[in-house]
Amino acid sequence: MILVIAEQRKGTLNRATWETVAAAQQLSGLTNMPVCVLVAGVNVGPVAKELAAAQVQDVVTVEHPALEPYTPDGFTAALQDAVTQLSASHVLLPHTYQTRDFAPKLAARMDRALLTDVTAIKNASGQIAFVRPMFQGKLTADVVPQGPAPHFVTFQIGAYRVDQAAKDAAPANVRPLSVTIDAAAIREKPEPPFQQAKQAVDLSQAERIVSVGRGIKEQANITLAQQLAEALGAEIAASRPICDAGWLPMERQVGSSGQTVAPKLYLALGISGAIQHLVGMKGSNTVVAINKDADAPIFEIADYGIVGDLFEIVPAIIAAVKA
Amino acid sequence: MKIAVCIKQVPTREWQPRLNDAKTWIREQDAGFEMNEPDAYALEEALRLKEKHGGEVVVCSAGPARVAQVIREALARGADRAIHVEDDGLASADAFVTSQTLAAAMNDETFDLILTGLQSDDQGFAQVGVILAERLGLPHATIIMEVQIVGDGGSERPPSPLRVKRELEGGWFQWVAMPLPAVLTIQSGINQLRYATLKGIMAAKKKEIRKVAPPSLPSGAVPPKQQIVNLYVPEKAKKTQIIGGSAAEAAKELVRRLRDEARVLS
Repeated sequence: MILVIAEQRKGTLNRATWETVAAAQQLSGLTNMPVCVLVAGVNVGPVAKELAAAQVQDVVTVEHPALEPYTPDGFTAALQDAVTQLSASHVLLPHTYQTRDFAPKLAARMDRALLTDVTAIKNASGQIAFVRPMFQGKLTADVVPQGPAPHFVTFQIGAYRVDQAAKDAAPANVRPLSVTIDAAAIREKPEPPFQQAKQAVDLSQAERIVSVGRGIKEQANITLAQQLAEALGAEIAASRPICDAGWLPMERQVGSSGQTVAPKLYLALGISGAIQHLVGMKGSNTVVAINKDADAPIFEIADYGIVGDLFEIVPAIIAAVKA
Repeated sequence: MKIAVCIKQVPTREWQPRLNDAKTWIREQDAGFEMNEPDAYALEEALRLKEKHGGEVVVCSAGPARVAQVIREALARGADRAIHVEDDGLASADAFVTSQTLAAAMNDETFDLILTGLQSDDQGFAQVGVILAERLGLPHATIIMEVQIVGDGGSERPPSPLRVKRELEGGWFQWVAMPLPAVLTIQSGINQLRYATLKGIMAAKKKEIRKVAPPSLPSGAVPPKQQIVNLYVPEKAKKTQIIGGSAAEAAKELVRRLRDEARVLS
């Protein structure tokens, strides 16, 4: 059986779960194994009901007071018990910050393989291979998990689409599964999540964005990017390293740890295109990449590219727009 | 505070990938190497914690002989000594092999705190720190943006003296408290990096690097949990129109296409 671990927080389903359901359905087609979805937490009934719309064998609810709030110790204990009881062959999860926190612990405790950040599943000469980026997206690998089942796999956000998940007219069976957790053994004491500061800049609404990466070289050169943004009527944004260095405020960061954007025009200046950045902007309508490295991964998703020195090209674009 | 920092050596950002003949790994002889960036932030955090609370910082790395370069760099930035688990096979090791190898080498040291980067820029597993915690029987927290240690040790410390700020998605954060010892995976940007001084580079030459052999058969060797069957340059998702010519020509042509073809400029 292929087991999908759903992600929910306080009764709200993380939509990435549907992407993982789509991946599980593809794997089911390749292996002829049924799909089961598991949702763990407290009061997960409504979320389970929502998931029961999926074309899956059943939805399993795992309820325990020690699962709220989330802790890696609590989730590892509960899911080790559940995965063992269900004799899953594969355990599929979305590659979220939460699964990054507990999935390696769960796989290590069960001494089973974990493949992370997977973007596709394929049949490679008779064996199932999982496709994942490596070397910051410069290379792609087909990887086969080793050792006994279950094999754990996390899927990159956006690799499968929510609307790819097949649904059934009749809801799937929802059933509870009881697990044992020693609440006293949970070592992490989490406090409530908070937002650091109210986001003053909402890049998700911007029609055009000029985004800056490491290729800008130094803080003083940010002005050049700002002049281009002004000429294009665009908001300025950046990849993570630029905000880490304090050259632009964190609220202007695009990527998995920043904002997700989908403007009409996304112009990437000196951005190599690490996957953490691409997930935040690949929904953009038209992508322009300007980079000195013709092999930079950003060109894989760009509509228009100029290979060359941005310090020559950007002033020329400003002049061309104003002409 | 006895603090360990696990550091990986990865190909440089400028490196152009070349594959081995079997197309299962890179041609290492063509690559230049540097310290994995998130690990550099973990090292910086360890040095700052030592400056605040005292103790020592021990660099731990699992990899072939070339890894000595980043170990020296870490010692030059201020780490006190190093443990190098040396084996050529560790260059392409998976997260299970790397973390179990490190765990075996670190087990006797009884560290108070173990830091590492949240993931590596080569294979990008984002697993080693968490598996290491599990193998050492320690609690952990991932993607950390701030580290606080409450109390001065001994009886003054509360039961959960470690308080860390986890980054969640979409601009959310969360504080988590836990007992020591513990393992933390550090997010890039948690601090501002320092660079080695000439004095630091000279001092590093006298610092101890303890070489350790990885666990071997038949007792302790760690079998891999994943195998790369094919490694390749990714297929392009979009057909990129590359615009050539001089900077002025290319810029003019780009603006024309953005106006007339893509219709995203007025």
